[in-house]
Amino acid sequence: MSDNERRATVERYSSGERTNHWLIALGFVLAALSGLALFHPALFWLSNLFGGGPWTRILHPFIGLFMLIVFLPLAASVWGDNRMQAADWQWLRQLQDVVHNREERLPEVGRYNAGQKLLFFAIAACLLGLLLSGLVIWRAYFSLYFSIGVIRLASVVHAVCAFVLICAILLHIYAAIWVKGSLHAMLRGTVTPGWAWKHHRAWFRQITHAAHPRTRSD
Amino acid sequence: MALQSLDIVRRSATTTAPPGVREAYTGTVAKLIDTTKCIGCKACQVACMEWNDLRDEIGSNAGVYDNPGDLSGESWTLMRFTEYENPKGDLEWLIRKDGCMHCADPGCLKACPAPGAIVQYSNGIVDFHEENCIGCGYCITGCPFNIPRISKRDHKAYKCTLCSDRVAVGLEPACIKACPTGALVFGTKEDMQQHAAERVEDLKSRGFDQAGLYDPPGVGGTHVMYVLHHADQPQLYAGLAPDPHISSLVGLWKGAGKPIALAAMAFTALAGFFHFVRIGRNEIDEPDEAAARQALDAAPQRNAAQRPGTQPPDKRP
Repeated sequence: MSDNERRATVERYSSGERTNHWLIALGFVLAALSGLALFHPALFWLSNLFGGGPWTRILHPFIGLFMLIVFLPLAASVWGDNRMQAADWQWLRQLQDVVHNREERLPEVGRYNAGQKLLFFAIAACLLGLLLSGLVIWRAYFSLYFSIGVIRLASVVHAVCAFVLICAILLHIYAAIWVKGSLHAMLRGTVTPGWAWKHHRAWFRQITHAAHPRTRSD
Repeated sequence: MALQSLDIVRRSATTTAPPGVREAYTGTVAKLIDTTKCIGCKACQVACMEWNDLRDEIGSNAGVYDNPGDLSGESWTLMRFTEYENPKGDLEWLIRKDGCMHCADPGCLKACPAPGAIVQYSNGIVDFHEENCIGCGYCITGCPFNIPRISKRDHKAYKCTLCSDRVAVGLEPACIKACPTGALVFGTKEDMQQHAAERVEDLKSRGFDQAGLYDPPGVGGTHVMYVLHHADQPQLYAGLAPDPHISSLVGLWKGAGKPIALAAMAFTALAGFFHFVRIGRNEIDEPDEAAARQALDAAPQRNAAQRPGTQPPDKRP
């Protein structure tokens, strides 16, 4: 067995999970670009990517629905792993250590860290808000069932949720660049044992049933 | 609009000034609708259909004189009839010609995301350029008067143009030309205000103490104004807005919200970039891999199949 093979053998994401993730990513990118085109005049040129203004208006809600639908299986499978625990709040209190890469000072992390968990719930909440407000402002099919006051409120809610979601995903994308090996994990599914050991030690132990470190009294 | 206009003062979804060397030195225009003179004959509706080549679907009678029942992509003006019993117990038949008010501060234009789909001319007319319209309906969301409608035929937004094509060549709007009672008058806004003041004086002398001009300041005034017998209660006239203004939600959404949100998104991306530059990536080095290998080697044998390593466990610390 070569060294490389030995090193990259911890599976983090199955091919199904990876497919699911990238379908959501595709939906998000298209929804965000088409939505931004309608949000600020400086970005209206993005509508050219979708075949012009009317096509952007027609496609955007369907793209949004696609994103939401492909998010559901992912949400169902990772919901349990994303529940916040006591150690997660401690992790968040040490955000300075997080951003300065002082990971050895942080509590042990399971399959997901507190940042990933909060991101997950932020995405889920934003998508729910986008769905509900998006239906209200979907002029072709649904707006006629709502009063003008509700439509105005939904327009603001839609913009706010999209804004939060875009910022959250920008952080998510940067985190994937920041924590080296994460992108490979989502593209090819595997991480090195050292990666799992350093970033998600509790998960590493769980999947390998490895012994506790010597620093504990075992 | 096929021809370039140099008389545009505001353009939707455009953050720089439109061509602006020409000014309307003679002032802006206005249509004055004198509800106290209106007999509800609907000649204005017919003239509008005729000039603009519009034929709405023939609907069904809803039990009132309103016909068609509402504005639509093909009906840009509409008589709205209200039977009002005044405090004296008398019936008053209030008839209001509904349609675009041509606000000085147009909510439709503020909300529109399509560059150049809505323009405001220097003479005060607010016009939709349907060739640029994407059909999103944000103009409906922005309008304080519930006027624009998306056509079911082409999914573009339509409303009264104040006959911008006629006015541009010195003609009065088609509805004005057709009105048999002089309830509709057209001219400079100043002239119309003066004319309205005379009408209000006359009405007051004949017992309508609350008569007045409807030129709501909440939207900066309008270029379609009403003379009302009951100017203190505009809502009597089929729900005419007593104090119309652009909704604060629309103001938030299409005002301050836009640049702030864009800046915050750019800031988020930049924050990531500078984190990379200042602090750098979180990488795995050889001691991490060694520690992981050690932990794996210390793990019970039963998991050997799942483990990356195949060496027997040893007892190193």
